Amino acid sequence: MAKAAAAPTTSRRIKLLGKHPIGIPFVAPYVAFLIVVFAYPLGLALYMSFHDYFFAAPGAIVERPFIGVDNYTQVLGDPVFRTALGNVVKFVIINVPLTVALALVLATALNRAIPFRTFFRASYYVPYVTASVAVVGIWLWLFAGDGLVNTILGPLAPDPPWLVNEAWALPIIALLVTWKQLGFYVLLYLAALQNVPNELYEAAKVDGAGAVRSFFAVTVPGVRSATTLVVILATIVGANFFTEPYLLTGGGGPNNASISPVLMMYREGIEQGNAGYAAAIGVILAIGVMAISLLNRYLLERD
Amino acid sequence: MSASVAVEDRSAAEDRRAEDRPPPRAQAGWGRYAALAGLTAGAVLFLFPFYYMIIGALQKSPNTDISGAFPQPGNLTFDNFVAINQAINLAGTLLSSVIFTGGVILATLVLGLLAGYALAQLEFRGKQLVFNAMLLLLIIPFMLLMIPLYVMIVRSYGLEDNYLGMILPFAVNPTAVFIFRQFFMQVPQDLFDSARIDGASELQILTKIAVPLAKPAILTAMIVTFIGPWNEFLWPFLITKQADMQPLAVALGSFISNVAGSVANPFGAILAGATVLAVPAVLAFLALQRHFVQSNLGSGVKG
Repeated sequence: MAKAAAAPTTSRRIKLLGKHPIGIPFVAPYVAFLIVVFAYPLGLALYMSFHDYFFAAPGAIVERPFIGVDNYTQVLGDPVFRTALGNVVKFVIINVPLTVALALVLATALNRAIPFRTFFRASYYVPYVTASVAVVGIWLWLFAGDGLVNTILGPLAPDPPWLVNEAWALPIIALLVTWKQLGFYVLLYLAALQNVPNELYEAAKVDGAGAVRSFFAVTVPGVRSATTLVVILATIVGANFFTEPYLLTGGGGPNNASISPVLMMYREGIEQGNAGYAAAIGVILAIGVMAISLLNRYLLERD
Repeated sequence: MSASVAVEDRSAAEDRRAEDRPPPRAQAGWGRYAALAGLTAGAVLFLFPFYYMIIGALQKSPNTDISGAFPQPGNLTFDNFVAINQAINLAGTLLSSVIFTGGVILATLVLGLLAGYALAQLEFRGKQLVFNAMLLLLIIPFMLLMIPLYVMIVRSYGLEDNYLGMILPFAVNPTAVFIFRQFFMQVPQDLFDSARIDGASELQILTKIAVPLAKPAILTAMIVTFIGPWNEFLWPFLITKQADMQPLAVALGSFISNVAGSVANPFGAILAGATVLAVPAVLAFLALQRHFVQSNLGSGVKG
C-alpha cells in the first residue's frame, strides 16, 4: 500500500523535473555563465546603442537619455568607420581566397601516404597556438625598414617601409593573420577529406582523370561544407582583428590605413568614453557578420 | 555558426580513428614527391619565423642581413632576456598569466564537465532549452559583447585589475562543454543506470565513474582551453591598468607599443619576450598533440 502511494508522487516528480533532477544543479552554473557573459551583455549592448551612454566620473549620477538611432546614423556617417569597414572588406578579399586555396592544397598533400606526416601537421599548427603578440613581435622585426625582408628584396623594397606604408600596412596584416590561422584550417580540411569516399577517386581514375582533374572534380566538391565553415570562420576573424593593427602598425596607422572596427570601438568606447557609440559599431558589425555567414551558407551549400 | 558546431559535434574518438587510418591513396611516383616538396616548403614557411625569433632573441646587436639568420658565435648573448625582464618583470607577468589561464582551465573543467555530463547523460526538465539557448548564444560575436562586458565588469562590478574580472568572460570554454557532451554521449547509459540500481548516489556516479572515465576528454579540453587565455591580448589589456596585474601577453604588448625604445636592443628584447610567451604554448601543444584533434578546434575563434 505504501508503494502504491509513493508511485504517483515519484511520477509527478519525474513529470515536473525529469528523470534525473540532479541535472538541473549540474547545468545551473553554466547557464548562469551564459546569462552573465552572453545574454545580459547582448541586451546591454542593444540598450547602450540606443542611449547617449558615456562614462562619467565614478559615483557621479548622470542622465543617459534615449536618443533613438542617433548613434547608428552617426556611426554610418563617420568616415573613419567607412575606412574601417573598407579595411575589413580588403582583409577578407586577401585572406579568404588565400586561406581556402592554401589550406585545401596543403591538406590534400598531407592526406597522402608520405613520411613525416605528424611533423608536418604539427609544424603547420605552431603559429596557431602562438600568441598574436609574439607573432607581431616577429613580424615587426621581419618587416622593419632594415629588416630581413627588405634586405632580401634590396632595391625592390617598398618606400616607405611595409608597416608605415599606406598601401601595404593592411595587406601585411591580412597576410600575417592568414599565416597564423592557416594550420587550423588545414586540420579542418584534413578531417573533411576523411569523409570523401575513396571510390570517387577510383572512378575518376578509371575515367582517365589526372591528379589535378580529380582534385577539382572530386576533392573540391567533396569538402564543400568544410569550405563553407572555413569561409565563415575566416570572415569572423576578419571582422574581429585588433591586436595586429594596434601593435604592428602603431594603432591602425599610417593615417588609419589599417584601422579595424574593433580598434575603433576601443578608441571611441574606452579611450574616449563614448560607450553607446562603440556599442552601435558592435551591433552593426555583428549584424553584418551574421548576415554574411548566412549568405555564405546559402551560396556555398545550395545544390 | 551551427556549422562549426556540427564539426565539433563529431566525436573525438571518431576523429582519432579517422586520423590513424592509413591515408587513402598510397600512390608512388612524382605526385608523392610533389606533395612532399610542397609540404616541406610549407613547413619552412611556418617554422622559419620561430627559428628567426629565437635567433633574434639571442643576438647581441640586431643583424638583419642574410647572415643574421644563422647563429654567429661572436654575436650571441642572453642580455635581451635580462633587458626584457627588467622592463616587464617576467616572473610577475608569467605568474599573472598562470593565474588567469589556470583559473579559466579550472572553471572550464569543473563547470564544463558538469554541464557536458548532464546534457549528455541526464534527463531533466529544460535540458533541450539549455542546449538550444547555448547554441544560439554562442554565435554572438565577441566584438558585440566587448563594450558591455567592459561596462559591467569595470564600471559596475569594479573588477578592474582583478583576476576575477579577467577570468569571468572566459570562465567556461564553450568548446570544452561540447567536447565533454560529445564524450559522454558515446558512453552507454546502462553503465550509469546499473550504478544507480546498485544504489550509488548521483554524486558518486559523477565522481567515481564519469570523471575517471573522461580522462582523455579532460586532457583535450585542457589543451583547447589553455591557448585561449594564455595568448589573449584584448580583454586583459582592457581591464588591467596596474603593470603587476598584466599577463605576459599584455605586458609584452605594452612594451612593444610604448617603451621598446628605452632599451639598447629593442628588437632583441621584444623577441626575447616573444620567446618566453610562445614556448610554453608550443610545448604544451606538442606534448598533448594527439589529443588535439580536428573535432575540438574553434576555441581560438571566439565567434
